[in-house]
Amino acid sequence: MNNTTILNTFRFIVLVFFQVTVFNNIHFFGFVTPYPYILFILLYPLNTNRHLFLIFSFLLGLILDIFNNSGGVHTTACITLAFVRENLLKMAFGYSYEFHMMRITDKFSSELVTYVVTSVLIHHTLLISLEVFNFNFILEILLRIVTSSAFTIILIFLIIGLIKSPRK
Amino acid sequence: MQQIIYFITKNSTKLLFLLLLVVSLYLTVQTHSYHQSQMLHSANFVSGTIYEKTNSITEYLHLKDENNRLAEENAKMKQILYNSQLIIDSTFAVNPEIRFAQDYKLFNAKIIKNSYFKKENYLTIKGGKVNGIKKDMGVINSKGVIGIVENVSKNYATVQSILNTHTKIGAKVSNTNHFGTITWDGKNAGYVQLMDIPKLAALRKGDSIVTGGISTIFPENVPVGLVDKVFTSKNSNFYTISVRLFNDMTNISSVYLIEHVHIKEITELEEQTVSDE
Repeated sequence: MNNTTILNTFRFIVLVFFQVTVFNNIHFFGFVTPYPYILFILLYPLNTNRHLFLIFSFLLGLILDIFNNSGGVHTTACITLAFVRENLLKMAFGYSYEFHMMRITDKFSSELVTYVVTSVLIHHTLLISLEVFNFNFILEILLRIVTSSAFTIILIFLIIGLIKSPRK
Repeated sequence: MQQIIYFITKNSTKLLFLLLLVVSLYLTVQTHSYHQSQMLHSANFVSGTIYEKTNSITEYLHLKDENNRLAEENAKMKQILYNSQLIIDSTFAVNPEIRFAQDYKLFNAKIIKNSYFKKENYLTIKGGKVNGIKKDMGVINSKGVIGIVENVSKNYATVQSILNTHTKIGAKVSNTNHFGTITWDGKNAGYVQLMDIPKLAALRKGDSIVTGGISTIFPENVPVGLVDKVFTSKNSNFYTISVRLFNDMTNISSVYLIEHVHIKEITELEEQTVSDE
């Protein structure tokens, strides 16, 4: 048990708790719900065991599905995001990722924005289209993906801003 | 053989991902298919306790509405009581030989998690096997139908809401015998659709729709809603009716569960009849 493990366990529990008790109950205009719990996947340590990472993401999704009575939609979205995260990091951060020279939340850079926005879009597209699972509602699906993603992105940046270790 | 092992170790992450993906897609498809209970649901100890705790905080916000609703219901009950032909007082001894037909048993429970903006909505209630709650019991409140019990654990149960695209409830136009089926198109949480009412039925906006009493889940004449719009199609002999629910499904807290006492006898009889054919 080192610091990273404790921090990640803590993050997991806190994010799930707030997602279930607070964010799941927000329905702006009746359909816009943020899912900032994916911050766990986004901020997971960079150079770790990928199998464990996949399994943790699976568990994260599964717990949310149990709470939401939604079968496996969160699980599918979470493990897909966890699986493609490495490629997203490469795409967004380029060299500094490959040489492990950075922390994700070092500073608010355009790289961080690209990383968060693409991740949230991938997750929400899968989540919402699987949840509705009906082509008759294609417009509603698109509307919900765009609005919920925007809401989640704003929340994620707010949370990153809050938890970022203060600089000297 | 060596190459297979080499392949597996080389692609282990991908294989693990595929395995997990298959599991999660299976769970997803399973919930979207009709006539199948969910494998994972919020009627378990952990999520039930968390929802119960959060509900005990938020329920204060609705206490006023809930009080009004209970008072209204009490008034209605009193009205029935005082107008009933059977006057109950000390001078009137009810013949003990007269046994009223007791077909239905009612339980009360509290909603601890409500959902209404999805296409397949489920509610979680406090009350499970310990309280005598069983699968396929009808769930109502004083204003009307809410749903049908889907999964039951020891202390909690999940309810398939009337706002679920899989839900089908037998209903009829009040005071007639035109039967149809209530379904939900997944669009507006205040309205459900009544299908299969023949065009012969005389309908007017504002007619009330009640449960049909054909199934063993709901008794007859439980209110559902009011006729809002009637759609006709040249290709069919049936109306599609948009029904405005009496209940505001976004704001409900106490419910009653209905058990048909003879449900076992009825289902056994029906099964026997089918197997005889």
